[in-house]
Amino acid sequence: MGARPGGHFDAASTEPLHPAAREVWNAAIDDGWADPARLYGAARRARVMLDNAREVVASLIDARPDEVSFTSSGTQAVHLGMLGALHARQRVGRHVVASAVEHSSVLHAANHHAGSEDDRELVPVDHHGRVDPDTFATAIRTDTALACLQTANHEVGTTQPLDQVAPACHDRGVPLFVDAAQSAGRTSIPAGWSVLAASAHKWGGPPGVGVLAVRRSTRWRSPLPEDEREGGRVPGFENLPGVLAAAAALHARTQESAALHERHWSLIERIRTEIGTRVPDVQVTGHPTERLPHLVTFSCLYVNGEALVTELDRAGFAVSSGSSCTASTLQPSHVLEAMGALTHGNVRVSLSRATTDDDVERFLDVVPDVVTRLRTEAGMGGSSVE
Amino acid sequence: MSDLVLDCRAMRCPLPVIELAKRIDDVQPGDVVRVIADDPAAATDVPAWCRMRGHEYVGLGEPEQSAPSYLVRRQH
Repeated sequence: MGARPGGHFDAASTEPLHPAAREVWNAAIDDGWADPARLYGAARRARVMLDNAREVVASLIDARPDEVSFTSSGTQAVHLGMLGALHARQRVGRHVVASAVEHSSVLHAANHHAGSEDDRELVPVDHHGRVDPDTFATAIRTDTALACLQTANHEVGTTQPLDQVAPACHDRGVPLFVDAAQSAGRTSIPAGWSVLAASAHKWGGPPGVGVLAVRRSTRWRSPLPEDEREGGRVPGFENLPGVLAAAAALHARTQESAALHERHWSLIERIRTEIGTRVPDVQVTGHPTERLPHLVTFSCLYVNGEALVTELDRAGFAVSSGSSCTASTLQPSHVLEAMGALTHGNVRVSLSRATTDDDVERFLDVVPDVVTRLRTEAGMGGSSVE
Repeated sequence: MSDLVLDCRAMRCPLPVIELAKRIDDVQPGDVVRVIADDPAAATDVPAWCRMRGHEYVGLGEPEQSAPSYLVRRQH
């Protein structure tokens, strides 16, 4: 039981460590242990390595090195990025605008900050999961302290119209927080962000490293007690081996991204077009063209999502699901809800760099059998029951 | 007003939708089925099922104690 490397279809959750990162990580455990804030030889070497990693990451996300800080996770980058931007704009107001399909870390930070329902506005999405730029702009008020929009959705892969939302925020003088966790290392970072967050383990870096970038022109004040590390933005001793490995992985992934993009795009296109012809009563969700290269989500009518994930694992494929039966809260995915998409029998496929054409073909062969079996067990064996 | 009531309380997804699919033919085209379901997924999945199967989602019906209900009109 369990997936082979090529059957890891859950890259949107995390990917195995990139070989380039492993090499750097191993070396950095021996060479990069010292405190980069100290002045002796080993410490100075650690400082140089940390500065190099910062320059590499900054150049790959179109930022200046002094705009980039390393956090202990993508979630911490989201929390600090949002709360620090809100803290700096207390005099403007408390109002937060965010799309209804943001990652839960963004929504939780907005809830944490908001004093009441009125302090938080969630912009609805269309059935593809995409916000309308005009609707988003209309939600901005005079007391709006922060606007939040992801580069691309983590559950359905739809990309958001940041090229139109960013100028609207800029014109209103409202900083824009951009969660780039799903796209960093895969597609270029859209321009126009004020604060940006990303997570290293999603691009093949190690766990325990996030990236927080704050534009020099954006006011930001730490919501936490004072600490001089990471430009005063992130408290605590830096995870230098992890940071170096994260930078190496991002560099390697960016080098590979054009080739991977092309391969993943056509494999996902194949799943999008084939799955509906091989399995009756399947809803493929997410935008067909304005999307991430490596991710697709579909829902199978009358199928239990947890059973589907378990059966696919048995067949060698690791996938995740937005169905409520797979969540500890027993709530369906807020993304699928906001889109009005079928929430049960849901499968998210997100390809990793190891995925081959054969893996995808085998997946397309396996899914119809699994779905038919589960439907039969549920007493819905004949398709198109009405 | 409904012509058939399906009490799907305590059923988890996708059971309320399966029950609806199995019983929709018990009413005539134009008639309304009321599905009582306390699983939160039903709020999204009943309207989604209607779109996929070509039936009309009428909207929320009267709640049954604390459980919401959903009205579906058979179209064909």
